[in-house]
Amino acid sequence: MRHLLSTKDLTRDNAIAILDVAEDMAGVADREVKKLPALRGKTVVNLFFEDSTRTRVSFEVAAKRLSADVINFSAKGSSVSKGESLKDTAQTLAAMGADVVVIRHAASGAPKVLADSGWIDAGIVNAGDGTHEHPTQALLDAFTIRRRLYGPDSRGRGLDGTTVTIVGDILHSRVARSNIWLLTTLGASLRLVAPATLLPVNTSGWPVTVGYDLDAAVDAGPDVVMMLRIQAERMNASFFPSAREYSRQWGLDDERVARLPAGSIVMHPGPMNRGLEISAGAADSAQSTVLEQVANGVSIRMAVLFHLLSGSDA
Amino acid sequence: MTARSVLQQADIARALTRISHEILESNRGLSSVDGEADLVLLGIPTRGVLLARRLGAILDGIQPGAVAVGALDVTMYRDDLSKNPTRASSPTEIPPGGIDGKTVILVDDVLYSGRTIRAALDALNDFGRPRAVRLAVLIDRGHRELPIRADFVGKNLPSSAEERINVRLSEIDDSEEVTIG
Repeated sequence: MRHLLSTKDLTRDNAIAILDVAEDMAGVADREVKKLPALRGKTVVNLFFEDSTRTRVSFEVAAKRLSADVINFSAKGSSVSKGESLKDTAQTLAAMGADVVVIRHAASGAPKVLADSGWIDAGIVNAGDGTHEHPTQALLDAFTIRRRLYGPDSRGRGLDGTTVTIVGDILHSRVARSNIWLLTTLGASLRLVAPATLLPVNTSGWPVTVGYDLDAAVDAGPDVVMMLRIQAERMNASFFPSAREYSRQWGLDDERVARLPAGSIVMHPGPMNRGLEISAGAADSAQSTVLEQVANGVSIRMAVLFHLLSGSDA
Repeated sequence: MTARSVLQQADIARALTRISHEILESNRGLSSVDGEADLVLLGIPTRGVLLARRLGAILDGIQPGAVAVGALDVTMYRDDLSKNPTRASSPTEIPPGGIDGKTVILVDDVLYSGRTIRAALDALNDFGRPRAVRLAVLIDRGHRELPIRADFVGKNLPSSAEERINVRLSEIDDSEEVTIG
């Protein structure tokens, strides 16, 4: 594997291999020395053109646990704010000897531009590009689901037969897009639930069923309910009348959580708008995996960096 | 295609029984301190783990509770990660008592260049400080590239570098034998 740009590129075997390595990486956090020497002498650059806390810190911790050197580079306070182009930034990083560039950008496709450009000879990891994809988030979601479902017997397994309902702002969600491809590849069946205004005009190319009624989706008893964040920064039109109305119709409140089957799980990629798309009760319930998702993010990103930087094709 | 069988099922069983007794002898019998095993067998995946479990079962039959068995994955410690295709890792299981102050016996199926054992010694470092580390292998085929030697050997098998040695164990393979060819 040279780059990780989209979960669409991952085969089932690839994806399961990454999840399995992540299982082993998860054990590192419990050890006396929380470090592996696998990527000693490699340089990972975090190139963030958009705000992020958990993803950037998660990549930083992951790289450091594998003994790589980490350079954090955010657009604010860098030459990008003086008008430097992506090309010049990339060539600067190449001159500094980056082995992997983790990029987050507001423009969909920016990581692909970087990977195909020839400006830089490093592996590229997409850490979220516009409304396109966020592959490591989908991988950690799949990892979290697999661990909840199968526990210690997770290794080598897919998510065959698992039913996943994704609720909320599908239109702007790169998390949803990455999850749709990855979870389908792993054998899960997906249902999207959202107000019609927050769904893409045409979803016929997606391997999903689409609905508008959260109550019906909850009563169908899915194994997983994944809530998406209402992205205030992308709400540049009136997609729904008011926050209260959204919350009443498409928010996961205490009453809806109580109606879910006992073994089902509630996910949220964070940061959460408590009281809007998810109630505090739902977010803090035993079914919620919000904190597990954060912890699993480090394991998954270690596995991804390991796959990109080890091997003779790297 | 012309692989020759050098050890059959009975030979493997006999070799493991002999190694168990050698381990016992070199540790002057086995003792458990406060009910915790003093001796820790750590198998190196994949087949080393199976061999470690078998040795553990034999030793347990002689003196119950005196040995703990685990697994030590060395993938992340290898020196050839960037020279070979990406390797899958395996689980590491350190017994609950840890390895601090214990005698650790590393168990692997074939000892060849010694680089796997070098990686294992590095990995052990990150889990604690054993009192002593020993090495038990089913087959020693020579061609060492590092100053490493096994303490307990099932069979010395002089080989040429072109030959392949295959260890098959009934737990995961459809037969139980060691072949060369």
